[in-house]
Amino acid sequence: MSHAVLDICGLRCERDDRELFADFDLRIGAAEAVQLRGPNGAGKTTLLRCIAGMHPEYEGSIQLLGAPVAGERLLFVGHRPGISGLLTAADNLRWHLDLAGWHGAGDVVTAALTRVGLTGYDDVPCQQLSAGQQRRVALARLALPTAQVPLWLLDEPFTALDDAGLNLVSGLMADRLAGGGAILFTTHQPAPELPGLSTRWIGAAA
Amino acid sequence: MKYIPDALRRLWHRMGSPRWFYETTGPWVPWLAAAAALLIGVGTVWGLAYAPPDYLQGDSFRIIYIHVPAAYLAQAGYILMAICGVVLLVWRMKLADMVMATVAPIGAAFTFLALATGSIWGKPTWGTYWIWDARITSVLILLFLYLGIMGLRRAIERPEAAGRACAILAIVGVINIPIIKYSVDWWMTLHQPATFSVTSAPAMPAIMWVPLLLNVLGFNLLFAVSVIQGTRTEVLIRERRTRWVTDLCRGEQA
Amino acid sequence: MTPSAGSDPSLWVLFRGQLRRDLKLAFGQPSELANPLAFFVVVITLFPLGVSPEPGVLAGMAPGVLWIAALLATLLGLEALFRRDRDDGTLEQMVLRAQPLYLPVVARMLAHWMVTGAPLTLLAPLLGGMLNLAPEARLPLMLGLALGTPVLVLLGGVGAALTVGLRTGGVLLALLVLPLFVPVLILGVSAAELASSGLDPTGPLLWLAAGASFAITTVPFAIAAALRIGVETG
Repeated sequence: MSHAVLDICGLRCERDDRELFADFDLRIGAAEAVQLRGPNGAGKTTLLRCIAGMHPEYEGSIQLLGAPVAGERLLFVGHRPGISGLLTAADNLRWHLDLAGWHGAGDVVTAALTRVGLTGYDDVPCQQLSAGQQRRVALARLALPTAQVPLWLLDEPFTALDDAGLNLVSGLMADRLAGGGAILFTTHQPAPELPGLSTRWIGAAA
Repeated sequence: MKYIPDALRRLWHRMGSPRWFYETTGPWVPWLAAAAALLIGVGTVWGLAYAPPDYLQGDSFRIIYIHVPAAYLAQAGYILMAICGVVLLVWRMKLADMVMATVAPIGAAFTFLALATGSIWGKPTWGTYWIWDARITSVLILLFLYLGIMGLRRAIERPEAAGRACAILAIVGVINIPIIKYSVDWWMTLHQPATFSVTSAPAMPAIMWVPLLLNVLGFNLLFAVSVIQGTRTEVLIRERRTRWVTDLCRGEQA
Repeated sequence: MTPSAGSDPSLWVLFRGQLRRDLKLAFGQPSELANPLAFFVVVITLFPLGVSPEPGVLAGMAPGVLWIAALLATLLGLEALFRRDRDDGTLEQMVLRAQPLYLPVVARMLAHWMVTGAPLTLLAPLLGGMLNLAPEARLPLMLGLALGTPVLVLLGGVGAALTVGLRTGGVLLALLVLPLFVPVLILGVSAAELASSGLDPTGPLLWLAAGASFAITTVPFAIAAALRIGVETG
């Protein structure tokens, strides 16, 4: 039997003495995307953080390709951008490459910035960019070669983006799905058209 | 051959259960408390009233019957916290965290007691309440280490994270304690000739050291009973939402 | 420098990348770079004013004053060490992605030492001269600082990592790390004092070297473990 990319079984999670979810199961296979929906405070972000290993107070099992989750096999884009405002977009992306130990050839940083429509901004400190542009820098990580990992966890990837930005991100997501990756993301907006997309509700509304 | 490790492993797993700890230690508490009171009572009365005065310090030496056990438990308490820290980080045993949380204020209290008695003892010995003697300086730094751990635990809201943070700090601290102690001792030898060395009396007669031994044992039991009782309270607080605790409370109300 | 043959090049990339980023960040804000140094100088200026300008008195207390000022300046620089990284989410990316986390932590502490401990060490003999420190004590003072400040930065890094998500950071940080600084202070001051009274300072310096090697190899693990807690949902 082949393993699902992400396999969550019987997950129970508390936060501040309140049970967020119990008996939660979720399987995501290769080339599948799941949109996580639910009211504010339902635990969508907490679930993503549980999977990423940044919320240890849970019971149940979370497996990535049949093994415990390892940070280098997933890509996490959270509310915090993961981008330093004092550095340029290029420096920030270069650091993300280094962090993953990437030592391939080619100007992949410029390519990623071009992909998200930020050509020519590579030597401006990120804090001088607009909110939407900063968001694009954060999402340019999805266009780096180090983003070719089995699982993407995207928390509200579409906030602060214009229509063009939205298309851009859904394009990157579609590419990853075509490459056999799995994606779990949250959004309050209507989800973009993606192949293999399903919706999963958590919390009160069902 | 295989039987013993299995039994040990089962014991270890049971020890990890806060409920097991609560239920098992309950009957111990009154006995331990009574034994502690008896030993400390006999040791202290003997030490204060019947032991002969010291040939150099007269009656002022009698404070060792409190000072020595307190100073020893101050250090032992910190080591106990570090051991619990290792157990928490390696085996994720929640009970270890509860013990660690309980030991910090108790250990700090014994440290303070050691400092206070040392300082009172200093008055007749050195003519002043405070002197930067190596031993007393080390104990003062130990008190700071305790206060740091207590402050860190208070500052972190999630108890689970607070436990692991304190475990890391306690481990870093316990590695530092001997280094601090030896560096302070060495610093003293540089700055002044060894002052009056107090507990280097090898020829203490039995009538003087037996009460000290009784008090050391009694203080150990007092420390143990405080930690056990504190941990039991901590167990109830942390497990207040579990079935067995709510049942227990309901039973007491009925 | 190149990675030695047979080693995994990605480890070297990881270390170098973090070091480069942190140095760029540090040199991107010259004022933050200069503040601990200015603090160091100002604190030392206060002692002749507050205690005595008498050259003999100053010479006697110079090693202690220089070391305590260096200790406080180090402490001052520690508070912001991980805080901005936590706020902008780069810290959680580092904890999540870096494999092993030990390497970027070492790089981070090295970068921090290069902009705090190293300039303090270089500045110390000058200030020692102003405090009438015996000339033969200047080299032991510098060597002591060169070996001792990495230990201070590393131990302080544990405190900074443990308090990174907390509102009450500053004062608590001081309470956590200052007691741990005591052995370094004692050994560093002793080296300078021994030398100024014409004795051999090698002993305490060797102890400091031993402490520095031990701290460099072990303390980053504690920092890494503390950072993992720091990025958890708070």
